[in-house]
Amino acid sequence: MSSLQSLDIAARSATTTPSPQVRKTPELAKLIDVSSCIGCKACQVACMQWNDLRDEVGDNIGTYDNPRDLTPESWTVMRFSEVETQTKDEGTRLEWLIRKDGCMHGEDPGCLKACPAPGAIVQYTNGIVDFISENCIGCGYCIKGCPFNIPRISPVDHKSYKCTLCSDRVGVGLEPACVKACPTGAIMFGSKSDMASWAGERIEDLKSRGFANAGLYDPPGVGGTHVMYVLHHADRPSLYAGLPDKPRISMFVEAWKGMFKPVALAGIAVAAVAGFLHWVVTGPNDVQPKDDAEAEHLRQKADDPT
Amino acid sequence: MTRSPDRLVRNSTTARLNHWLTGGCFVLLTLSGLAMFHPMLFFLSELFGGGQWMRAAHPWIGALLLLSYLGLIVQCWRDNLPSRDDIVWLGAINRVLANEEDGVPEVGRFNAGQKFVFWAMALLVPVLFVTGLVTWDVYFSPYTTIEQQRIAVLVHSLAALGAILVWILHVYAAIWVRGSVQAMTQGYVTRGWAWRHHRKWLRALTATGSSGPRPKA
Repeated sequence: MSSLQSLDIAARSATTTPSPQVRKTPELAKLIDVSSCIGCKACQVACMQWNDLRDEVGDNIGTYDNPRDLTPESWTVMRFSEVETQTKDEGTRLEWLIRKDGCMHGEDPGCLKACPAPGAIVQYTNGIVDFISENCIGCGYCIKGCPFNIPRISPVDHKSYKCTLCSDRVGVGLEPACVKACPTGAIMFGSKSDMASWAGERIEDLKSRGFANAGLYDPPGVGGTHVMYVLHHADRPSLYAGLPDKPRISMFVEAWKGMFKPVALAGIAVAAVAGFLHWVVTGPNDVQPKDDAEAEHLRQKADDPT
Repeated sequence: MTRSPDRLVRNSTTARLNHWLTGGCFVLLTLSGLAMFHPMLFFLSELFGGGQWMRAAHPWIGALLLLSYLGLIVQCWRDNLPSRDDIVWLGAINRVLANEEDGVPEVGRFNAGQKFVFWAMALLVPVLFVTGLVTWDVYFSPYTTIEQQRIAVLVHSLAALGAILVWILHVYAAIWVRGSVQAMTQGYVTRGWAWRHHRKWLRALTATGSSGPRPKA
């Protein structure tokens, strides 16, 4: 919501010069162990409470998803999926997969890449991607940049919102509110390497219980994420309410925000300079006295055909 | 402007007002569009009262530009229809660029370069409008998928680059060919100007005793 001086900035939207780099801080990550989640929504409540957010009361659409989707006031939503999976011993099994959805805090954030407003999106050196609302112009480019469909623009104030990973809490050494509230320890927070090794233990346990494809979701297509999942079916992330199997920033966004930007400006500059050079080399095209005389002659002929 | 009686009307008052409404919109759209396109040009947003105002104003100006350009199409499409003369004129483009009018074929009210600008904008303005609607987040984001919006914003920026390049050509040609700016501000040109640059047009006007912009029926 606002820039935190206690956190160092690694990347800043719409900024062409490097960020300060002398200080190094450890990379942090949140680990969501989907296999330990009981779907109680304590994380949603904690998120609302800590961030002072109150969404409109929604409606029931026949699932436990409430609210239906992420909104400017709901930065995390439990997504419930009933799926049938095949197992070796038990045949077809009905599974209820519950995934806490929200910003993944990617290492290569598509929102930040797409954002046109300087400093409206920052990435701290600890890996958190944060929206600095005062600089947000409400264009919606972050939505196009995001491979996970996370940011939501408020129709009231035309600002974009999403999970901050509680950057204000983390900046003063606290864990995110959802982590604090989770009653089963399904949400953990710490250095990314610690989280990866904790995930390794969980995955080993899951494998010993028959989930042969259990694994860590830390997609390399976006350079890894600072919110990671332990999935029982890591071979099929899309089972979990459409979690992208191989997320990456869209090639359309890469083209638009990549080489095209400098090439376009150079093209405009070349066209303008070419015009100026023509002006210097050849100069203006002036009407000559001969033209006036010819035109007058033409008119006289028309007035007096004889 | 004090007008000499033997001057010719190059552009009617309606056409001129229509042109400058279009041009004003185009300049504002270019400034705000470039500000949102490249970080180094974001400072241009201050001209619009800051980023939020610029983001809010840009699509409305775009909608006005579309309407305004439709007006120009209605008024000018007939004189911009391609003809065989255009190919001959383009064949002599080197002489045109060198200000050597001898040997350049006679042209009507608009030459091939002017027709190119007219039709290029007639294509690009609607493309920019449609892709702009898709990316007009406040009102239209629910009607398209995010993937469609990604394509639209890329096409929008490509089309905008094309339009800016065509616009630079248009503006430079107006500066280069003396008398053109006055033709679009006050609306009049001298007969000598018409003889030099649009001789077929001058012949048609003279033959029908018209003082422009079109020959008498």
